[in-house]
Amino acid sequence: MARPPRVRRSRGRDPLGLRRALSDRLLPALVAAMALLAAMALAGAQGAAELTSRWEAGAAAAVTVQLPPGVASGGRLERALAALEALPEVAEAQLMSEAQMQALLRPWLGEAPAVALPLVIELRLAELPASPEALAGRIAAAVPGGVVESHGVWVARLVALARSLQAVALAALVLVAGIAAAVVAVAVRAGIAARRAAIALLHDMGATDADIAGRFAGRAGLLVGTGALLGTLLAAPVLAGFADLAAPLLGQVPAGSLAGLPWESVPWGALALLPLLGAALGWLTAQATVRRWLRRLP
Amino acid sequence: MVRFDDVGLRYGSGPAPEVLRDVSFTLPQGSFHWLLGPSGAGKSSLLGLMHLALRPSRGEVEVLGQPLSRLRRGALPGLRRRIGVVYQDFRLLPHLTVFDNVALPMRIAGRAEAQLRADVAEMLRWTGLDGKAGALPATLSGGEQQRVALARAVVTRPALLVADEPTGNLDGAQARRVLALLREMHRLGTTVVVATHAEGLVAEHPAPALRMSEGQLVAHG
Ligand SMILES: Nc1ncnc2c1ncn2[C@@H]1O[C@H](COP(=O)(O)OP(=O)(O)OP(=O)(O)O)[C@@H](O)[C@H]1O
Ligand SMILES: [Mg+2]
Repeated sequence: MARPPRVRRSRGRDPLGLRRALSDRLLPALVAAMALLAAMALAGAQGAAELTSRWEAGAAAAVTVQLPPGVASGGRLERALAALEALPEVAEAQLMSEAQMQALLRPWLGEAPAVALPLVIELRLAELPASPEALAGRIAAAVPGGVVESHGVWVARLVALARSLQAVALAALVLVAGIAAAVVAVAVRAGIAARRAAIALLHDMGATDADIAGRFAGRAGLLVGTGALLGTLLAAPVLAGFADLAAPLLGQVPAGSLAGLPWESVPWGALALLPLLGAALGWLTAQATVRRWLRRLP
Repeated sequence: MVRFDDVGLRYGSGPAPEVLRDVSFTLPQGSFHWLLGPSGAGKSSLLGLMHLALRPSRGEVEVLGQPLSRLRRGALPGLRRRIGVVYQDFRLLPHLTVFDNVALPMRIAGRAEAQLRADVAEMLRWTGLDGKAGALPATLSGGEQQRVALARAVVTRPALLVADEPTGNLDGAQARRVLALLREMHRLGTTVVVATHAEGLVAEHPAPALRMSEGQLVAHG
C-alpha cells in the first residue's frame, strides 16, 4: 500500500475540519480591532495614572494660609491653628517647618535668605469643597490677616478627573475583554454547528470531552492570539501619536515627526501581554463553550 | 457480553411514545447475532443503545460487563473505544482521506502514528481498499464507502462489533464478502451483532437472531 502523502497525513490531525469551521479570517480581524481598542484603553489608563501622580504633589496641600512674619509671638499662631482646625472642612492644619520653607524658596532666595520668611500653614481638607472661594472666605475670617491660597483645590479636581478617566479606561478594557469572549463564543458555537455530525462521531468513538474541547480551544487560542498580536502591532504607532499629543500636559515638547515620536512612552510591557491574554481568553472561552455543549451528548 | 433488562427508549423528552418497549435479552461474549425486523421496528435504536450513543429511558443496559446506570460519564469514552460501529449511513468524515477515516478510532485512542500505520494498512488490504488510501470518501462508490466504514469499525479489534445494514448498498458478491469479514471478526472472538433486511443473506449464514417488531423483541434465538 502506498503511504499517504504528507499533506493528507497532516489533515488527519484535524478530524473535525476546524481549519475551515473556525476560519482564519473573520475571528482574527474582529479580535485585532478589539485588541486595538484594548491597547488604547490600556494606554489611556496608564497616561491618566501618570498625570495623577504628577499632579498629586500639587494637590497635596489643597489650601495654604500665609501669615505675616512676627505672628509667632503671643500665642497668635496657636489660636490661628486651632481656629483653622475647628472648621468642618479642614482635616488637619500644619505649620510648614522653616527647613521646608527654605528648601522651597532656595532657588529664588539662595541659601540664607535675609528676608523674614512668612509663616505658611498647610491645610489638608476632609473633602474637596464645592466652592473653593467660599471656603477661602471663611478661612480668611477665621485667621485675620492671613492670605489664603486655594488653587490647589483645582489641581485636586483635575486629579479626581484623571482618576475617573483611569477608571473609565479600565472599565473599557473589561468591556472589550467581555465582548471578545462573547465573539469567540459565537464563533465557536457556529463551528460546533458546522461540525455537529463529526463531533457526534468522535464522541461515539470514545473521544473525551477534553479531547474535543481541546481541539476547538487550541484553534481558538491560536486565532485570537494572532488577531490580538495584529491589533497590538497596529496600536503601537497610534499610542505613540497620542503620547506626543499629551506631551505638553507633562511639561514636554511635542515631536511632530514620526521618528521623533515618544516611542519610549508606549506601554510596551502591557502591550506584550495583550496577545498572550487574548490567546488565553480564546482558549478558555472555547473550552467552556464546547464542554457546555458536549454535556448534552450521552 | 451484552445484557438488556426491561429496556425502554423514547427520543426527546415529554410524552413522546416509546420506540423500544420491555426489551430484555442477553448476548454471550463472542457470539454472533442477526438483528431482524421491518423498517421502523427499532433495530437502529437498539444498536444505538448497545454502542452507548443512546441512553435507555428505563431499564438497565449492560455492555461488556459494565452496567450503564452505575457508570460515571467519565468512564464512557473508555468503554466506547472497545466497541466498533458500522453505521447504516456510514458517517465517513468527508474532509478526511480513506486512510485518515480508518485511522480515526486509533488516533482517538491515542495510538502512536508509527504503530497505527501498519494496522490501518492491513485493514485496508483486508477490506480490499489498498489502492484507495489517499482518496476522499466522495470519490468512492457506495460499496467502497461501506467497506471503509467496516475497516474503521474493526481497526481497533473491538470486543463488540455492531453493524447496521452493512450490506445495504452492496450487490450479492460484495455483500457476501462483507459478511465474510464480519464472521472473521466473530471467529477472532469479537461479539458481533448485525442488523439487516437481507433475509437471503441470513438464510446463507444461519445464526441466532433477535427479531423486532414495533419496538418490541418478538423472538430471540
Ligand atoms: N432521532 C430520532 N428521533 C425521533 N424518533 C426517531 C429517531 N430515530 C428513530 N426514530 C423513530 O424510532 C423508530 C425506530 O427507528 P429505527 O431507526 O430504530 O428503526 P429501524 O428498525 O432501524 O428501521 P430501518 O430498518 O428503516 O433502519 C421509528 O419510528 C423512528 O421514526
Ligand atoms: Mg435502521
